[in-house]
Amino acid sequence: MPIDPVVLFFLLGLGARLARSDLRLPEPVYETLSIYLLLAIGLKGGAELARQSAGEIVPMALTAIALSAVIPLILYPALRRCCRLARADAASIAAHYGSVSVVTFAVAQSTIARSGLQAEPQLAVLVALMEAPGIIVGIALAKLDDIRNVRWGKLAHETLFGKAVYLLLGGIAIGALIGPEGLEPMKPLFGDLFKGVLALFLLEMGLVAGSRLPDLRRAGLALVAFGIIAPLFLAAIGLAAGLALGLSTGGIAIFATLCASASYIAAPTAMRIAVPEANPALSIGVALAVTFPFNVTIGIPLYLATARWFG
Amino acid sequence: MQKHSRKLLVVISEAAIERSLVADARKLGAHGYTLSEVRGGGASGDHEGDWDIDRSIQLQLVCSEEVAERIAEHVLAQYAKHYRVAVYLTDVQVFRADKF
Repeated sequence: MPIDPVVLFFLLGLGARLARSDLRLPEPVYETLSIYLLLAIGLKGGAELARQSAGEIVPMALTAIALSAVIPLILYPALRRCCRLARADAASIAAHYGSVSVVTFAVAQSTIARSGLQAEPQLAVLVALMEAPGIIVGIALAKLDDIRNVRWGKLAHETLFGKAVYLLLGGIAIGALIGPEGLEPMKPLFGDLFKGVLALFLLEMGLVAGSRLPDLRRAGLALVAFGIIAPLFLAAIGLAAGLALGLSTGGIAIFATLCASASYIAAPTAMRIAVPEANPALSIGVALAVTFPFNVTIGIPLYLATARWFG
Repeated sequence: MQKHSRKLLVVISEAAIERSLVADARKLGAHGYTLSEVRGGGASGDHEGDWDIDRSIQLQLVCSEEVAERIAEHVLAQYAKHYRVAVYLTDVQVFRADKF
């Protein structure tokens, strides 16, 4: 299958940084694009959800929350031993992978749609549910000695009311309330323009990933290898869980992508505040400059092919 | 017009700790503050501000010397170990003494 056009925009941004172009998206533009994407994904998922019965989502939601919490526990020892990282750094990186990437999800959705497959609309809800548990477990891992002094209330507030989770859940709630008919008048903005906005956002992601490449030199080869092996391993877990849940082929591929993705909106900010001793260059470097490009170029088509093979 | 001597304390740091910095400054006696987003670089490399975690802020406080030193001491002790922090102080003159 030919590469998804939005991925080409990512490569365009990456190329700009590598060629030292002066291309730069103003911060308010990036901020606007990210608000748009979160709302549009939430609204679309919520409107579709209005057609489903509420009970159907419970097993999926519980699996998603459990996986998001368990993934950091699996990755942490590997990061400590194989990558020889300090506790705070290993915990912070593990948290990034426990949490999920909204844009990787959007690219997976777009790839699934292009191949003519359907996926369960509930998956949008899972994106919101999988943001926080991984972050909380990651912070607990970093602060094992000092767990009593963690301000969990403040932390829960930061993750739940951070823009990523708040806008996603808000969009889902509005979408579910108004249903597909209610969403119809907003479709020119939140539906038709989606792919174009996603392309612009990926251009920005390419720029940021490009500027993170020097961090990788400091991170070392073991961590770069981790950035490729971890998503493959996590996608396998996601595929197995998707099969066990009886999801459609498209749904399995998206669920695998969610498990394989690493957060770079909610997790970096939360970890920076809660675990300041962790070096953010390492976690963002591996999540954004290795795993994200890997997932959107090779990972997603591979997860889809595997889901098809099983389906 | 009568003028009064005060200090201008400038704290440049990461946007991630903006709220904590402002809350601490208020608690330690600052009457008001001015905040702006800035870009720059230093020992930790260039910070273009094109990603949430990379954003930097500049917090300006006009206050008495005593308050300025109290805030500077606290910020350096609390944040400088793990966050990017630059703090400096200059003399300024204000027209309304009760405001600062």
